[in-house]
This record gives sequence, C-alpha cells and structure tokens, in this order.
Amino acid sequence: MSPLWAGVSLITLEHVSKNFDSPSGSVRAVEDVSFEVDAGALHVLIGPSGSGKTTTMRMINRLETISEGTITINGRDVRDLDVVELRRAIGYVIQQGGLFPHFTVADNVAVVPRLLGWPRARRRQRAEELLALVGLPPKQFADRFPRQLSGGQQQRVGVARALAADPPIILMDEPFGAVDPITRKQLQRELRRIQAEVQKTIVFVTHDIGEAFLLGDRIVLMAEGRIVQNGTPADLLRNPASPFVTEFIGEDRSLRALQHTYLAELAGSRPDGVPDDVPILAGTLSIPQAGQELARHDRSNREGFLVSDVSGRPSGYLTYQQLATVLGESIAPAETMTSAEAAPDPEAAHVLPV
Amino acid sequence: MFYLFEQPERVFELTLEHIRLVGISVLAATLIGVPVGILCTRIRWLESPILNLSGILYTIPSLAFFAILIPYTGLGASTATIALTLYSLLAIIRNTIAGIDDVPRATLDAARGMGMTGRQRLFLVELPLAIPVIFAGIRVATMAAIGIAVIAAVIGAGGLGRLIFDGLRTLDADQVLAGAIMATVLALVGDWALKRLGDALRRDAGAAAEGR
Ligand SMILES: Nc1ncnc2c1ncn2[C@@H]1O[C@H](COP(=O)(O)OP(=O)(O)O)[C@@H](O)[C@H]1O
Ligand SMILES: [Mg+2]
Repeated sequence: MSPLWAGVSLITLEHVSKNFDSPSGSVRAVEDVSFEVDAGALHVLIGPSGSGKTTTMRMINRLETISEGTITINGRDVRDLDVVELRRAIGYVIQQGGLFPHFTVADNVAVVPRLLGWPRARRRQRAEELLALVGLPPKQFADRFPRQLSGGQQQRVGVARALAADPPIILMDEPFGAVDPITRKQLQRELRRIQAEVQKTIVFVTHDIGEAFLLGDRIVLMAEGRIVQNGTPADLLRNPASPFVTEFIGEDRSLRALQHTYLAELAGSRPDGVPDDVPILAGTLSIPQAGQELARHDRSNREGFLVSDVSGRPSGYLTYQQLATVLGESIAPAETMTSAEAAPDPEAAHVLPV
Repeated sequence: MFYLFEQPERVFELTLEHIRLVGISVLAATLIGVPVGILCTRIRWLESPILNLSGILYTIPSLAFFAILIPYTGLGASTATIALTLYSLLAIIRNTIAGIDDVPRATLDAARGMGMTGRQRLFLVELPLAIPVIFAGIRVATMAAIGIAVIAAVIGAGGLGRLIFDGLRTLDADQVLAGAIMATVLALVGDWALKRLGDALRRDAGAAAEGR
C-alpha cells in the first residue's frame, strides 16, 4: 500500500505559486504560499473571495497544477505520486455537494471504495456505517437519490463520502456554504464531533470567520493570493499580524468569534511569583464567559488571573490587560451579556486542545 | 384501404423491410455517432468541423445523396443504409456532445477529486447522465429515417416506399394509400415506443435532468 495511507498525514506547502493563463493574460492566483498542516489537525484557509483559497487547496490533490514550489505529503512530493492514487487517498468535499445524481445515497458514499475495488457487501456496510456517523439513519436514507434530500442532508452525504475509504487527509471547500445558517451551525458542530472521533488531517476552506474560529486548530488567513497570517485562533486575536487581520475578523471579533476560543488556548504559562490568591478560572471557559466571570471577582491590586488546565491545576496565567485586548473592550460587568450568548457550549469539552 | 386487406402479407413484409432498413441505419449511426460525439468532448477543436460536416450531409436532398452514392455502392439496400446512417449522424453526435456538456461542473469536479480515471468518469458519470439527451437524438434520427427510407424505394432498397412508388406507376391509389398509412403508423408507433424506452432509461439514470 502507498505511503499515503500510512496512518496520519502531514502536508507541507513550500513557496507554492499558481498562475492561470487566460486569453486576457496570466492571473497570479496564489503567490509564494508556505504552511504546514499538522497530522490530525484541522487547518482553516480563510480570506475574502478570490484570495486563492480554493486554488491552494486544489493543488494539494492536484486538481490544479502547481506553477512553482512544492507540496509534499508525508515527505513525498505530490507530483511524484500517481494522481489517481493520490486523490483516492484524500477525501474531497465541495460546496455544491457534487453528489452523483444518478447514484443512490449509499452508492454515492461508497464511490471511492468502489474505485478501490472493495467487494459489494463491504461497500454497503461501510456506507451504512458512515451514514449513521453523519446522522442519517441508513434504513431511511441509503436507497434514496440525492434529489430527494435537503441541502443540509446532501452535505452530510458529501462528508460521509469523503470519509468512506478512511483517507488520512480530507479537503473541504466551503462545505457548508450553501445551507441555511441553522443547518450550517448544526453541521459545524457535527464535523467537530466527527473530527474528535476520526482525527483526520483536514484542510477546510471558508470565508466565514465564525466557522473558522469554531473549527480551526489553526487558521491561515489569505488575501490576494498571499498568506497574511498563519496561527491559532488565539494568535489571530492576540497578535494580529496587520490591520487587515483585525479588520477581517471585524465585527465578529466580538462575542461570536470568541465564543469558540477558550481561556486555555489564550493563557501563557504561569510565571514565577504569582500569588495563589488571585482569581482562578477554568481553562474550559470561553473568552466572553471569562470576561463575565471576572466581572464578579475582586480585581483590586491584581494584574491578572490563573487559568486551570484539564486536571484542575492552575498552570496558566493571563493578565487582565491581555484579556481586555482580546475582548476589544474593558472587562464588562455581567449584565452586558445576554444569557444566550453566555450559555456554555455543551460541546466545548470536545475541542479543548489541552 | 382495400389493398391493406387484400395483400396483408406483402404489406407486412414491406413494413418489416422498412423497419430493418431504419433500424440498421440508426443503430450504425449510434455506434459511430456516440463515440464520435465523446471524442468531440475530449478533443474540443474536432467539434465544429465534425458538426459542420454532418450538418452539410444532412442538408443534401435524399435523391441527390443516393445519386452520389450509386456509382460506388450500386442500387439497393446497402446504398440506402449508408445514406440513412449518414443522415442520422448529425442528431446523434450533436446530442451526445450536448448531453455530456450538460453534466454539472460540480459533479465532474467531484468525480475527478474522488480519483476516477478518465474512463471511469466517462462510464460511471458522464454517459449515464447524458443518456436521456443522447436518446432524444436517437429518437429524432429515427423519425427522420422512417420518412427518408420511403424515398429509398426508388433505388431498389425495398420498404414501404415500394407500395407508394409501385402504386404511382400503376395508378393504384389504394396501394399508395396503404404505403402512406403504414409509414405514418410506423412513425407514430416508433415515436411512442422510443419515448417510453427513453423515459425508462431516464428513470434508470436517476433522472439526472431534473434533480440538479
Ligand atoms: N480556472 C481558472 N482560470 C483562471 N483564473 C482562475 C481560475 N480559477 C481561479 N482563478 C482566479 O484565481 C483567483 C483565486 O481564485 P480562488 O482560488 O477560487 O479564490 P477563493 O477560493 O479564495 O475565492 C481568482 O482571481 C480567480 O478569478
Ligand atoms: Mg473558493
């Protein structure tokens, strides 16, 4: 079996550029892009429309040729790999679903297993397993055709299809872009649950900053074909690389984006000499929750507070100033937040990267 | 009308001959036209010369066409079959190209992204989705061929045209009428049958045309 399928996979892009030649001249769609996608992590590519996200992603599975630079998977240059084999080892989800209208849902899910020559019974079993995983009871959905499904259900099938052959890598291009906001939210939560379960190396394209903060272990922000900043969600909030980053995060910088960033991600390690009587907050609190929580504490004569890790040890530390910068305001009194916004996210524990 | 009842065996035999002539021609045109149409979608610059050529063939009047072919292939059914085949090509090639071009980009992109080879893309995705459109082309070609095949009787190809031309020569209006009625019935029944078959194929193909 090819090295592509060996467990988890690491993707690297080194000085990758892309030109499109059109009759009206050459378009530089991607300019000197370098980043690494850690094995088992979800990297979000985000940026305004036309910033080169899709093109960057499509060079990974060679749906676009690479004009300059190198892309490797587990150290192997993708151009040295058989292109068909490469694509079968990489799950692929696109915005419009791209389901095959003449295949049943089960056959759609089992496309790659079929290409890989799995026997029929095993394909069927796998399809049912995955339909269940993405929340579509197989008894009810397996033998339907895509046109008999809602947009959100079609996207679930798209995700199941990408997972079918258990590829180590999955590329997703605005997979939830075409569904209504409520369904999108639901799909995002489920992707998080699924990712916690299957631990794939995922590259996820979106232009929705809320989605990026909710899903991304790291966020690569692009503009005009270049990377503006590559960092964790907390990095982007704490140390924006340029005014563009702040502006792009924009209004969402406020509660919505921050709700999916947790204190433990933001906290630095506890410096020596911090007294034990400063406030201690759980690392599982979201940033807005922390702001609200601190409004209840006595902050006089204190510069910061301790953040406890999963085992409850107060090993992290954050200054009030740092938290205030991230919140974009001074630490607010409790009543400025509605209960809905402050409601703890029931799935928070799933994604906490500690 | 009496001829139909006086000579039912002859009418039946000539009808079968007609069906055979049309059937063989359209089948041959399908076997040639579908691959040529596929080729045009793969090698794009071929499309316009091939469509132009088959378009020109289509505009040649049938009697002139027979006259051009007779020095090479003589009188009889084979000349008629060649002409009918060439006439049928246009509709079939054109619809094959249209059917394949109609496959949504996102579907094709997914097929490529899943790691289908070119051949798998063609046989698993493009052709199944194009079948309703290709079949509509075959139906149009068949209808035209049933009409043109009547004229082929002048060059000795047989078929229902025999009744019409023999009748005209012997001033037997009854016989002319029998030929005309049978050709019309054949066209109507043929159209209906092909439409049913096409609908069945469309359902099999997952109703690609609607569900996108
Ligand atoms: N096939 C193509 N031919 C020519 N230009 C293209 C093609 N695909 C994308 N582009 C151009 O490349 C740039 C980046 O596009 P894309 O990667 O799709 O951006 P994004 O996904 O961030 O919206 C755009 O200016 C777009 O017009
Ligand atoms: Mg895009």
